[in-house]
Amino acid sequence: MLDQSQIFQNKSKIISRRMFILSMVKIAAFIALISRLFYLQISENLKYRSLSDKNRFREWKIVPQRGIIEDFFGNKIANNTQLFQLHMLPEDVPNIGELFFRLSKIIDFDKKSQNRLLRRLKKRKPWEPIIVFDNLNWEEFSKLNLFLHELDGIKPVVSVARKYSLDGSSSHLVGYVSDVSEKDLNNSEFLRKINLPGLKTGKNGLEKTFNRLMIGEPGVQRFEVNAYGKRIRELKFIKGKKGTGFRTTIDQEIQTYTSGLLKEISASVCVMDIYTGDIITLVSSPTFDANQFVHGISKENWDALINNDKKPLINKPLAGLYPPGSTIKPIVALSALENDVMSTKKLVDCKGSIELYGQTYRCWKEKGHGMMNMRSAIKQSCDVYFYELARRLGVDRLSVTAKSFGLGKKTLENFNEEKSGVVPNTKWKLKNIGTGWVLGETLISGIGQGYFQTTPIQLCVMTAQLANGGYQIKPRIIDNKYTIQNTINAWREEFTNIKNNNNVENPNLKKLYKNKENIKFILDALYGATNEPMGTSYRSRLTKPGYVYAGKTGTSQIRKITERERELKLKNKDLPYEMRDHALFIAFAPYKNPRYAISIIVEHGGAGSSGAAPIAKKVIKKVLDRHKLRKKYQLDLFQEI
Amino acid sequence: MIQNYFQNKKNTITEKMLSLDFLLIFLILSLGIISFFTMYSTEQGKFGYYTKSHIYRFIFFFTMFICFSFVRINFWIKFTYIFYIIVLFLLVGVDFFGVTASGSKRWINLFAFNLQPSELMKISLICFLARYYSKIPYHDIENIKHLIIPIFALFVPIALVASQPDLGTALLIAISGIGVIWLTGFRLKFFVYSSVLLLSLAPVAIAFLKPYQKARILTFLNPERDPLGAGYQILQSKIAIGSGGISGKGFLQGSQSYLDYLPEKHTDFIFTLFSEEFGFIGCLFLLLIYAIIIYRITAIGKKSRNNFAKLYCFGFAAAFFVYVMVNMSMVLGLLPIVGAPLPIMSYGGSSMLAIMLGLSIVMSCKVYNEDQ
Repeated sequence: MLDQSQIFQNKSKIISRRMFILSMVKIAAFIALISRLFYLQISENLKYRSLSDKNRFREWKIVPQRGIIEDFFGNKIANNTQLFQLHMLPEDVPNIGELFFRLSKIIDFDKKSQNRLLRRLKKRKPWEPIIVFDNLNWEEFSKLNLFLHELDGIKPVVSVARKYSLDGSSSHLVGYVSDVSEKDLNNSEFLRKINLPGLKTGKNGLEKTFNRLMIGEPGVQRFEVNAYGKRIRELKFIKGKKGTGFRTTIDQEIQTYTSGLLKEISASVCVMDIYTGDIITLVSSPTFDANQFVHGISKENWDALINNDKKPLINKPLAGLYPPGSTIKPIVALSALENDVMSTKKLVDCKGSIELYGQTYRCWKEKGHGMMNMRSAIKQSCDVYFYELARRLGVDRLSVTAKSFGLGKKTLENFNEEKSGVVPNTKWKLKNIGTGWVLGETLISGIGQGYFQTTPIQLCVMTAQLANGGYQIKPRIIDNKYTIQNTINAWREEFTNIKNNNNVENPNLKKLYKNKENIKFILDALYGATNEPMGTSYRSRLTKPGYVYAGKTGTSQIRKITERERELKLKNKDLPYEMRDHALFIAFAPYKNPRYAISIIVEHGGAGSSGAAPIAKKVIKKVLDRHKLRKKYQLDLFQEI
Repeated sequence: MIQNYFQNKKNTITEKMLSLDFLLIFLILSLGIISFFTMYSTEQGKFGYYTKSHIYRFIFFFTMFICFSFVRINFWIKFTYIFYIIVLFLLVGVDFFGVTASGSKRWINLFAFNLQPSELMKISLICFLARYYSKIPYHDIENIKHLIIPIFALFVPIALVASQPDLGTALLIAISGIGVIWLTGFRLKFFVYSSVLLLSLAPVAIAFLKPYQKARILTFLNPERDPLGAGYQILQSKIAIGSGGISGKGFLQGSQSYLDYLPEKHTDFIFTLFSEEFGFIGCLFLLLIYAIIIYRITAIGKKSRNNFAKLYCFGFAAAFFVYVMVNMSMVLGLLPIVGAPLPIMSYGGSSMLAIMLGLSIVMSCKVYNEDQ
């Protein structure tokens, strides 16, 4: 038996030992805590600090103002305009049903749009403002402002939106903007990065090409937010940057005028400066109102555009492919001359048709033209002469000349929808069709039929390059004074050389001809076609001095005319619309000191002389009328021309 | 009879006063003052409801702590069993008349205030075990018959608290109870066996856990599992602490709490806010205060000649240490989230009452050291 004090001592001993162990545990635990604190607060401080900032800062981007597109004279083709919107702050609305009822009394706000808004509201936080109406007219807007005192949580907002000229004459060229779609986001990293609610992106035309530059930089509002996402205070405001504006070479007045001429017909007109390549007019008809797209086009309007068989949405001068028809003849003739295939004086007897391997090839004039030399064949557009010429020339040599004058390749860099067309040759056929070239195909190529496919702008470039004396030009639609200066210097140099009869090679201008006389001959023949009796466009000539122009008609068949039809002597207007020929016309003006080239295509417009040339006459007059004004805006080189 | 308990060999009031542990009192007071400021900051610099009632409570319970320090230790020894039984009754009472808040029944309405008996149980259990073992001779301690009563005294309240459900408090009660038993010199083997038994029971226990409790454990194992759901608290807590850095964001500058990212910032997560605003240096300072408090309590126990006083002080020091450690580890992401307040700092009357009561017993151990 141990005595009491001994027990106590033993007990104290064991308690003290365990106390000591416990103290060690405590010290270890404190060290663990401190090292954990050290890890979190010192080693990982940066990580957690940035996480904390991410928690508390929230950024709201502000839609930047889109760059403006102007015409050559500074008229705004694509402008920004005030927009009257109605925003709602859901958390400030005491009773949504009552608000809807009141709104519907003031403006048109039916059940359908109410339900749509309610569905959108469900996905949002109550302190995020929501756009109730995107585009109100002034009357509605002012009415709303009048009743504002009884509409809690509603805020009228004046915002900025895209506005295009109402006549729609430049809709194809400028394109349009619309809401950013999922597809846009998938295709563009830039949009993914910049995207913010309310941002519009260019869907077409120049709006699409220069989208990146025109969008600008969004402004940023940085807020401190609490755990529920509510804004506590604004910390920072970075003003956005307005998008870059662009000045085009287009003359909006001619554009409007031309578009007016083409009302209700499916056509395209392209006018170009033959030296600088400035595109004066680029009209596609019929047109559409690009403003419809900005705030979302209605289904009815969209269906009407899609189902219209005149295809208003297609940018025809760039994306429309047509057989060039007789408008190719100047190039065929030039190619023949350059390759010394036939002399200009050589006569060919046109009896209305020729036969080759049992196949009949007809001239458009059934009775035949009689004896034709090259000039009269161009002037009267004799098909038989050109069958013979093409046969001697061969398609491969023809295609070389045609390509060098700009056919078969894209002319502008700015448009996605532009097509390159086809300049056929033997290799091309083997590769794309898989069979060998047949001589008969050479014959019809000589009159611009068969595999030939050109866009109106290519024909315009071709004409311009003939009219300027056979020099290569680069068409442009965006006016940039730095690049134009080089072009002007080059031409200035070239003119001085010609004046002084110096035969010096100009490195900045590429000649497309071997013999200058050949070009001169072609231009003279074109003069004949318009200004001499028997010429195909004689009836559409201009006689006023300084307005005299030279041009070539073309009629391109879009189907093979059967023997039966020939016997019936069906007139073009008796045929159903889709089977009628396309009417084409190319010209340059004025004939002396030329400055502008034009190409016109009227789809299913019949013969070029009756369907296209009369329109060209009016457009040329308008263009020349405005030449004086345009000169004022240009550098002085061309004053004397 | 009662007057007897206030009589002592140190007869004069001055003598008694001088024998108080002033360092301990000073530390408790400074902890209280720190807690005022922290509470003030949780309310974004407004002298609001929480700050006010925290200050009133602290003043009230601190006064009680000083007064009760002069109660003779013999009173506590005699009163221990009754105290335990009262608290146990209250715990049972919670089951019948308890006030339910956020899914668990932890409080009992005592007219003037809501009391959380489980907090008081933390102290009364330590008292009970210290009292029980202080009378058992050393050589007899291994005897299984001496284990029956403590086991019941331990597991009945644990079961009651766990069923509220309040896993955190149940765990703290268990740890402090087992700690005292271990300190008495009970054989180590017993602890090894029982912990093996506990571990083998763990899968069964998991089956009884509520879904949110399971989620907490899973979240502890991988906080990024569900950052906006169950992992939100711990993640935001870590962000707050981590973003504090060396010197903190400054008083009233804790963006995490100011912007409502911190959960439970008045109660269990008060340390998070403190470390966000005062940084690593502030945390070290706070830890130092707690460490010295624990050291002082242990030191009082060591000097005690009374067996009960010794066991009680050691037990209470261990429990106090566990409270601090569990709370901080939880907030720092070292332990799953269990409801465990930080002594004195956290908002909560019952917890404050329990701690102050515990401290006053410690103090009376010191003042009446000569008592047997």
